[in-house]
Amino acid sequence: MFQHDRLSNEITLFQKIKNLDYILLVSVILLSVLSVFVMYSTDGGEILFHTKNHFVKLAVFFPLMIFVAFFNIKFWHNFSYIIYLIVILLLIYVSFFGIKSSGSQRWMDLYLFVLQPSELMKVAIIMCLAKYFHRIKIENVNSFTSITIVLSIIIIPIIFVISQPDLGTSILIALSGLIILWLGGMKIKYFIYSFITFLISLPFIISFLKPYQKLRILTFLDPDRDPLGAGYQIIQSKIAIGSGGLNGKGFLKGTQSYLDFLPEKHTDFIFTLFSEEFGFIGSVGLLILYSIIIFRIVRIGAISRSNFARLFCFGYAFAIFIYIVVNLSMVLGLLPIVGSPLPIMSYGGSSMLATMIGFGIVLSAKINHKQMIA
Amino acid sequence: MIKSNSGIRKTDVINRRMFIIGAAKVVVFVGIIARLFSLQINENKKYLTLSDKNRIREWKLPPTRGNIVDYFGNVIAGNLKVYQLHIIPEQVENFNYLLVRLKNLLNLSDKRIVRIQKLKAELKPWDSIIVSENLSWSQFVKINNYLYDLVGVKPVMTISRNYPFNDVYTHVLGYVSQPNEQEILENETIQERFVPGMKIGKLGLEKRLENHLIGTNAIQRYEVNAYGKRINQLEHQKGEQGSKIRLTVDTEIQKACGKLLNEKAGSISVMDIYTGDIIAMYSSPSYNPNLFLFGISQDEWQLIRNNPLKPLINKTLSGLYSPGSTIKPIVALSALENKVIDTKFKVKCTGKMELYGQTFHCWKEKGHGWVSLKNAMKQSCDTYFYEVARLLGVDRLNITAEKFGLGKKVLGDYFDNEKKGLFPNTKWKKNNLGKGWVLGETLITGIGQGYIQSTPLQLCMMTAQIANGGFAVKPKIIVDSNPISYEDAKQSMESGLLFDTESEELLDKKLFKNQKNIKIVQEAMFASTNERFGTSYKSRIDDPKYQFAGKTGTAQVKRISKRERELDLELDQIPYKDRDHALYVAYGPYVNPRYALSIIVEHGGSGSKAAAPIAKKLFKLIIDRHDLRNKQSNFERITV
Repeated sequence: MFQHDRLSNEITLFQKIKNLDYILLVSVILLSVLSVFVMYSTDGGEILFHTKNHFVKLAVFFPLMIFVAFFNIKFWHNFSYIIYLIVILLLIYVSFFGIKSSGSQRWMDLYLFVLQPSELMKVAIIMCLAKYFHRIKIENVNSFTSITIVLSIIIIPIIFVISQPDLGTSILIALSGLIILWLGGMKIKYFIYSFITFLISLPFIISFLKPYQKLRILTFLDPDRDPLGAGYQIIQSKIAIGSGGLNGKGFLKGTQSYLDFLPEKHTDFIFTLFSEEFGFIGSVGLLILYSIIIFRIVRIGAISRSNFARLFCFGYAFAIFIYIVVNLSMVLGLLPIVGSPLPIMSYGGSSMLATMIGFGIVLSAKINHKQMIA
Repeated sequence: MIKSNSGIRKTDVINRRMFIIGAAKVVVFVGIIARLFSLQINENKKYLTLSDKNRIREWKLPPTRGNIVDYFGNVIAGNLKVYQLHIIPEQVENFNYLLVRLKNLLNLSDKRIVRIQKLKAELKPWDSIIVSENLSWSQFVKINNYLYDLVGVKPVMTISRNYPFNDVYTHVLGYVSQPNEQEILENETIQERFVPGMKIGKLGLEKRLENHLIGTNAIQRYEVNAYGKRINQLEHQKGEQGSKIRLTVDTEIQKACGKLLNEKAGSISVMDIYTGDIIAMYSSPSYNPNLFLFGISQDEWQLIRNNPLKPLINKTLSGLYSPGSTIKPIVALSALENKVIDTKFKVKCTGKMELYGQTFHCWKEKGHGWVSLKNAMKQSCDTYFYEVARLLGVDRLNITAEKFGLGKKVLGDYFDNEKKGLFPNTKWKKNNLGKGWVLGETLITGIGQGYIQSTPLQLCMMTAQIANGGFAVKPKIIVDSNPISYEDAKQSMESGLLFDTESEELLDKKLFKNQKNIKIVQEAMFASTNERFGTSYKSRIDDPKYQFAGKTGTAQVKRISKRERELDLELDQIPYKDRDHALYVAYGPYVNPRYALSIIVEHGGSGSKAAAPIAKKLFKLIIDRHDLRNKQSNFERITV
């Protein structure tokens, strides 16, 4: 006990730097550099608004990630509930005083940049649940009380996010939460039962969806039913990706993108532009880069002594994975269009902030992987 | 211990479950890669095509029409550079200011300004608005001078149809103008090549030869963005100008015809009697086809439409006239061919002829006395021809007349406004009017009055076929792929047979039973012009080089009452509408004839006074240009 405490307390700055996970770090840097170039392409080969802002955000959030990493994992463990509560408060604030844009109220103005608390919730919920499952006895995981508590932890933020409305983010929050439940040892039959319940209640859920959300599902099932309207995004995205071919059209030569056929090319459809310009080889390369990141995070989780760090890393790795899968499936026409950014690549401060904080905590777990948490 | 045990158990659970998830992750990523593979590798071609379809748009430009040239290669329907003014709304800073400036500079009407504003509202901001289709050079220069002040204005040079001889060829060529919906739908070639601003043939040869003249579109390929705005030009595919078409007409003669008929209503046709080439075909008055290119103004249109001399009617082809005495050579020929008369046959003319209580007057009240064929033709004695017609009968006359081209279209389907005319017979009257033929009608048919109706071109062809010795000619106005030379045409005609290139068979060209009869008629026509007391004696030319033979005609437009006959009014005492049409048909030179013509002056009075003098002036020019034409004959072969 004494030894552990001594270890954790005596890690010097030098050791911290030495203990950083450099493969993860290099991968994130690579991804960041790539994202700036892709953003430069979305601006039509000029350093304009999006490129500049994206670069500035990276320049601010990347050091932030290191900053987060230098806090002991124990610190993050201790503040997990508080962070979760703060984000809940932000969600409540946004639902009353948030900035409205194109029909939804998700943002709050922080003068320097506009924050989307629901993005932060994607990380906060993992922290919160990781702490809960870290602390609870394995025997009590499937008790009625604990199930009630963890479901509340998941459902409360989702209620706020879904009412913004933001279906995409709420699904991602829910999935991030559920994965911790799974990892934490919740009985498999609960998952199976609730999945069956979900399927049965699906028609009722659909009836509660907003008309534009219903339209998105219909469009996903048959994009050609309205090629210039709702199906336009999926069709144009598939054209862009498909026309990229093996090697792509070349950097800054994506015609679909610079002739404005691509919708939302800076944000949710950034992969489409990337894939058009760099082709199959580039796309697979990007997936490999993401895989390396995910794998490193899982590995850090695996070597962590505390279950909090382990749960957080595994959960966060899964979250990154699910963001990528949802985003790519959407642009590839495998899923209906739900707003979900591609980590680091997509333009958007809050998403990048949350991702970087997540990476920071993972790195903190790496630095302090021998740290035990009572 | 329990606690740590539980901790270890928990870690095991987490690791085990993580392993399951890890496997699931690999499966999902492989699935995504498979999807990428299917889109980017398997269906790459399909999506590349779709992507090109997205970004590449083609713009067709109006095709350039082929030129129409006369026999000598002079362009009679060509293309001219025109200066236009376009506005590109998205580049304009202050639209209203610009309009005010342009209005002052170009004197635009308020109506035009409203139209431009309407166009601006309808079009995309990068689509150009045509402010003026045809700027004068001085306007163009003016605009260019003020260009610094006219932001968003683009002076453009483009090509437009042009008729350099203005009204000279209107009835032959027609004109071009913007097509209406039906015209686009009717013609597949137009439909395929149509672009806004394109003009098509509306009338005459411009319409008939549309598919030859139209040319192919130039195509510009542009890369466009998602909103349809042109980003950059990818390639320019040049269009081909439409075929050049060479006509048989002679502009100098055509112009002379126009001058001779100045301010008169009428028509002149001139034809090569061997090749059938139409040398001139003028209908008066004419109008300027250039007026229609950019939309004719209401005022100008009303002026043309309401002109009492009816410029819109092509009198050469669609004007139907009684041939009057110009029919007499055919009547004489028919009678000779049917052996009803011979050269010695004489009739005593007392100025009138009675038949079943009806009086038929000769134009000469006092009568001509005893007249033979030659004298009757020379002095155009009506009584003689009443008697000959009576002996001949209308049916036999009809056969000869139709052989010589009366009652049939001359140029086939080249002009949809050409009329057939009518040469009656007993059967026709029975079928069409339901009444039996009356002998009196035969008599007046014999002097070219009554039911008989002919176009000036028919009379010209009829004369040509008498002049060439009685052989059928095939009139034509376009120099075709195998132009037959005058010598070949003459030779094959004289052998009586001609190989027809179209039907690929030998055609019997002979229109006579005995060529002597043609000769007799020719001599009688010669006498009519060149011997004393001939009706066109005053219009003769003695020089054998120009000497011609002809026959006058005066066609009544209404029945002359007894009172009017007694009054014997001068021309200017009769209302214009009631005056006789003056006609003249002739051919020349008399020795070795080459050209035939027909002249009609509507309400011009007598043929000898109003029509024959025109022939005199014209023949000099026609014969003078004869050598030139001969030299020209094979200058260029153009396929139609």
